Amino acid sequence: MIKDYLPILIQAVVAIGFAASALVVSIILGKAGKRNPTKDTAYECGMLPEGNAQPRFSVKFYQVAMLFILFDIEIVFMYPWAVVFREFVRAHHPVIFWSMLSFVSILTVGYVYAIKKGALDWKK
Amino acid sequence: MNDFLGIDWFFLATSLAKTLGIIFLVVLPMVSYTVYAERRISALIQDRLGPNRTGIPFTNIHMEGLGQPIADAVKFLLKEDLTPAHVNTFYFWLAPCLAMAPSLLTLSVIPFGSWLFGVPMVIANVNIGILFVFAIASLSVYGIVLAGWSSNSKYSFLGGVRSTSQMISYELSLGLSVIPLFLLLGKLNLVDIVDYQARNGWLLLPLWGEGLTLRRWLLLIPLLISFVVFTISIFAETNRLPFDLPEAETELVAGYHTEYSSMKFALFFLGEYAAMITGSSLIVTLFLGGWHLPIPWWSSGAGFHFALVDGAAPGIPGILGGLFNIATFFGKVAVLLAFFIWVRWTLPRFRYDQLMRLGWIFFFEIALVNIFLTAGILFYLP
Repeated sequence: MIKDYLPILIQAVVAIGFAASALVVSIILGKAGKRNPTKDTAYECGMLPEGNAQPRFSVKFYQVAMLFILFDIEIVFMYPWAVVFREFVRAHHPVIFWSMLSFVSILTVGYVYAIKKGALDWKK
Repeated sequence: MNDFLGIDWFFLATSLAKTLGIIFLVVLPMVSYTVYAERRISALIQDRLGPNRTGIPFTNIHMEGLGQPIADAVKFLLKEDLTPAHVNTFYFWLAPCLAMAPSLLTLSVIPFGSWLFGVPMVIANVNIGILFVFAIASLSVYGIVLAGWSSNSKYSFLGGVRSTSQMISYELSLGLSVIPLFLLLGKLNLVDIVDYQARNGWLLLPLWGEGLTLRRWLLLIPLLISFVVFTISIFAETNRLPFDLPEAETELVAGYHTEYSSMKFALFFLGEYAAMITGSSLIVTLFLGGWHLPIPWWSSGAGFHFALVDGAAPGIPGILGGLFNIATFFGKVAVLLAFFIWVRWTLPRFRYDQLMRLGWIFFFEIALVNIFLTAGILFYLP
């Protein structure tokens, strides 16, 4: 079991190692230019930076993140259900179909509420 | 010898060989030549020439510009590596690594061939397959959000925020759209999924084995919907046009990598193409039969049938078969990559509210209904 995951560890080391070594090689070989104050300012199409670099942004982004967590958990519950589905079909247990349908319909209430509240309407 | 010190050295050595081979001999060259292909194909579509000069240095041999990716890589290494003073240095350096590593790591569970020299052509054959892919693939969001946040620049910041929101939204339809497959197969392991398709017909081409039953042909409808939703979500996850809002040039300069230069920028760039390769490999594995290619064959005993090229066969036929399967897999991936490029240079960009509507209202609902359509067919048509 755990042996199956060993190659993943090797792959992770190689992948991260490649990214890190590319950066290191670029530091060693890359030409270092003279520093000057304009290089150290944020790029705003040639003008001097104006105002806060991390401005306030729409609360919609937070709402999307919260809704994502809710529905992502729903999806995670569906994977084990999908895996055992065939066994229940062979045994002719309708419970497997209707239980998931009822679970999803409860979540659909929340989904409809979010839409009606305008949480997903970006024009407002 | 194989079990010296309680460690299976043969297993370790083959795993390491597969890892190094796939990353350095296949994926990274493929990434750089996808960039080249993108430039040449875009030139073709826009009636230009594209990079067709760079060949062997100090000679007059151009080779249609095939030396361009190598020259680009050398240039990326030699350019000034600037870390501006206004950035948050640690996360500024961490972000490019986080953009590159996940897409390479995801490849480890995808079977890229059947067997070669008696070794299975998958780096890690794990039971959770697709769950691992989703878990690692969602890590690449961190690369982008950290880049946007640590740059301390408005364009980067807005690009990062947009991108996060877009990627998590399309992760929902990505996760939902593949559930019909697992209702049918009852397994999450990608190796088993390809084996099933080799014996019983690709999920989108049920022409042999169990694929000839009425049920499988009915299931073609939900599976086709799954395929379309999954493919479009992959486009959104890899930030490709028509979903490239995180780096919409006309509004955000270069989005989250505005402040990056040299190799750090190159890692974002290569990471995007590596993610395209991983995404295409996933589509091929799940829907298009993975390494399997049906060969129409006629023999007096079995009549007309599709022959299976078997890499596990003994001797020379097995080795040739194994190599043929690997070539088939990457051939299919290359076709999908060409499709990615074609779409990019054909379609215009979405507006942000359209993008979110498409993901949350349209695809989310379709994918959810699709699951119950599949479940209904499987349950009431045994």
